[in-house]
Amino acid sequence: MTGVHVSTSINGDPVEYVCPADESLLDVLRDRVGLTGVKEGCGTGDCGACSITLDGALVCACLVLGAEAEGRKVTTIEGMGDGEKLHPLQRQFIDNAALQCGVCTPGFLIAAKSLLDENPDPTVEEIRYALAGNLCRCTGYDKIVRAVQAAAKDLRRQKK
Amino acid sequence: MKHDQKYTGQEFKVVGARVERPDGVDKVTGRARYGADANAPGQLVGLVLRSSHAHARIVKIDTSKAEKVAGVKAVLTSADLPDLTNGDAGNYATLVNCMARDRVLYDGHAVAAVAATDKSSAKKALKLIKVTYEKLPHVTDVDEALKKGAPLVQPTNKQDGKPSNKSGHFEFGHGDIEAGLLEADIVLERSYKTEQTHQGYIEPHACLATVGPDGSGELWVTTQGHFSFRIMCAALLGMDVAKLKVTSSEIGGGFGGKTHVWIEPVALALARKSNRPVKMVMSREEVFKASGPTCATSMDVKIGAKKDGTITAAFIECRYSDGPFPGIWGMLGGMTAWACYDLKNCKAVGVDVLVNRPKVAAYRAPSAPMMAFGVESTIDQLAKELDIDPVEFRLRNVAKEGTRSSYGPIYGPIGIEPTLEAVRDHPHMRAKLRKNQGRGMASGFWFNIGGQTCSDLNVGVDGTVNLTVGTVDVGGARASLSLIAAEELGISYDQVKTNIGDTSSLGHNDTTEGSRGTFSSGMATIFAAREAIEVMKSRAAQMWGIPEDAVEWKDGEARAVGAEHGNLPALSLKEIAAEAGATGGPIAGHHEVTADGSGVSFASHICDVEVDPETGKTTVLRYTVVQDAGKAIHPDYVEGQFQGAAAQGIGWALNEEYVYGEDGCLQNAGFLDYRVPVCSDLPFIDTKILEIPNPNHPYGIRGVGECSIVPPLAAIGNAVSNAVGVRLNHVPMSPPRILKALDDAGA
Repeated sequence: MTGVHVSTSINGDPVEYVCPADESLLDVLRDRVGLTGVKEGCGTGDCGACSITLDGALVCACLVLGAEAEGRKVTTIEGMGDGEKLHPLQRQFIDNAALQCGVCTPGFLIAAKSLLDENPDPTVEEIRYALAGNLCRCTGYDKIVRAVQAAAKDLRRQKK
Repeated sequence: MKHDQKYTGQEFKVVGARVERPDGVDKVTGRARYGADANAPGQLVGLVLRSSHAHARIVKIDTSKAEKVAGVKAVLTSADLPDLTNGDAGNYATLVNCMARDRVLYDGHAVAAVAATDKSSAKKALKLIKVTYEKLPHVTDVDEALKKGAPLVQPTNKQDGKPSNKSGHFEFGHGDIEAGLLEADIVLERSYKTEQTHQGYIEPHACLATVGPDGSGELWVTTQGHFSFRIMCAALLGMDVAKLKVTSSEIGGGFGGKTHVWIEPVALALARKSNRPVKMVMSREEVFKASGPTCATSMDVKIGAKKDGTITAAFIECRYSDGPFPGIWGMLGGMTAWACYDLKNCKAVGVDVLVNRPKVAAYRAPSAPMMAFGVESTIDQLAKELDIDPVEFRLRNVAKEGTRSSYGPIYGPIGIEPTLEAVRDHPHMRAKLRKNQGRGMASGFWFNIGGQTCSDLNVGVDGTVNLTVGTVDVGGARASLSLIAAEELGISYDQVKTNIGDTSSLGHNDTTEGSRGTFSSGMATIFAAREAIEVMKSRAAQMWGIPEDAVEWKDGEARAVGAEHGNLPALSLKEIAAEAGATGGPIAGHHEVTADGSGVSFASHICDVEVDPETGKTTVLRYTVVQDAGKAIHPDYVEGQFQGAAAQGIGWALNEEYVYGEDGCLQNAGFLDYRVPVCSDLPFIDTKILEIPNPNHPYGIRGVGECSIVPPLAAIGNAVSNAVGVRLNHVPMSPPRILKALDDAGA
């Protein structure tokens, strides 16, 4: 299969790659760009472990083709912190023990950030529905919801 | 205090603190490396061809076309895996399960494998492998498999001298059931079924294997037991244990499912054949079809009681579907069934049954949740019949210190009574309920295990400490073990960094299962630290020029004691470490142990549900877990274990099940159709940690990871019954089953 040449932006950096036309953006990110923070849990868009944003929209990287990233802006977990400084969501996930095995964590953080960008003061129910596309098998979600609440509060305080 | 025991009220300085876990930053930034996150130069992609038949004879496998595909470096069938198991039935079953030999035994059974330079070429080659099958009759249901004339899963398997699908029969208990039933004022007999569920870890099985022509190999793998994986792989492939180095990656969930090899021996065999590193990652469909879910069961329960609530006889028989190979699931279930109670006459029978489904592996307190569903559902009905509060009814029959357990041992200090008292006194029990809402409670038991363990503790030149352990960190164990090392040495948590050692850096460590990680590695860590302290006392004595017996260790420093030397200023761990080169070399402590005396654990749960009578959908409104932890080293992660276990139990109770078609094939091998609880399905899960110290552990630790998956099935069943007045005897209590039960009841 002839490769497709793609020019895109990943976490703010210009990136070029060649990938088969049928290769998912998930495989491109993990195997060609080396961003293994994006996880594969199912490959069918059911678990949310590969959550990224594409031009700001929350998507499962396993359901997007690598070729579709041409000219667009991709953000992954690797681009979430500000240099040494963790994003308040990352900080609160650690402080609230919102991860056990941690494999779903990158996806949850991207999905939670996507929620808080749109809705800085979500209710518990809004948090639970916004994160319903991300599966966690370790925590029962309790501490994840609490971490998102705490991070939302931090972010609101920062903005003031 | 009523429940005071040895080690009650121990004072700790750092243990019990909610500190930041050492792997936290790596895991929130995407830096943590899991099974599929490692790569090697020149690596190949390995893929497996799997059976789409439930049961068939393999007539012929033609790989000639696949071998000719550009980029294909190795094609593997069972012909490449000679039987080196020397009559070891367990290893032979593993070999057959990793690659089918004469027959395929379930939908998803591996038949051949390919390693190629890229995924497309490997996929192309898989399609060109031609397997000729002769279909055989199959059986997937546990009850059907026991019927006369059922297709035989393993024709060589016999019971009472005759071919049978029954592969094991285990009995536990004491007393005389018949006599006990005669004493009873009331006898209840009930039957139940539970469907097969999967651990559902989010990270699929993945590994990277290398084997050189010199017979040395390396395996990077997501596993709960890298030492056990090494033994299994070496045995199947004829390698020397010492020449295979296995490194456990970060593990993306296991819950028992990563205690067993599936693709790993295949990856090593492909690497050996191609002389190239081979990476293999299961798809989610493969995880469902061809890893190790837990059993489906069918059971019969009979309990007799007096009017005053005393149980006079308790009997259960539970039949477990093991997949195509004999397991010990009936035995484990049988041992747990009546463990919460002090019974004069009790008996539990666990039966193992072969079916054409995947080879079952452990799933969190394996076999216990099913029997607890039968036991706790029946007990709840009995309490209702006798008009006794269900908590009070359990308390009247509860096991205590000194009780002879239903599986044999006499209990030491145990936590079942305190958990029930905590449930009775919990405000949750008095919260108001509305129409179609109901409350249920149930209890559960799990043994916990100890096992072979060793830890190394090395004091660095700057006074910081590396602890190396051989148990895997599945949910925060490195933080707990650092706390323990810091406590024992008398230094701060920040001065300790715990790592998981690979198989070449430590002696054998048993698999991280049976809630043994913090219990056993904690024990080895305490004694390793004590050994290091002895070394440091000796070094301090040298530095001072005084006898060793004039030195004691307190709060992280050596102190000279006695009238003669008591004036010397103390030497800190850091000061002693800085002089190590001049006083005898590096400072270390290590400890090897078969950690006996794991404390048993008990949990009691309360749950409120609302059932929609129109749709049959059940919503969990409120959930409370009470469990005895012995000692909670890091309370955040103890709560996390309670909450996660409860959530898995809720999924099992309400939604999750393997659905097999008439053709014996799995119909829902994906997260869309096998529905685990999502965030919007669950409430906050309240937890109450009890600490009844385990007298066999210096810090009183009991395992905490498994027990809380045991009560939810019955707790929810009891709540559903109280909400809408119908008793569900079949798990999961999915909307169609609840609707049918409501219809049958004429509601």
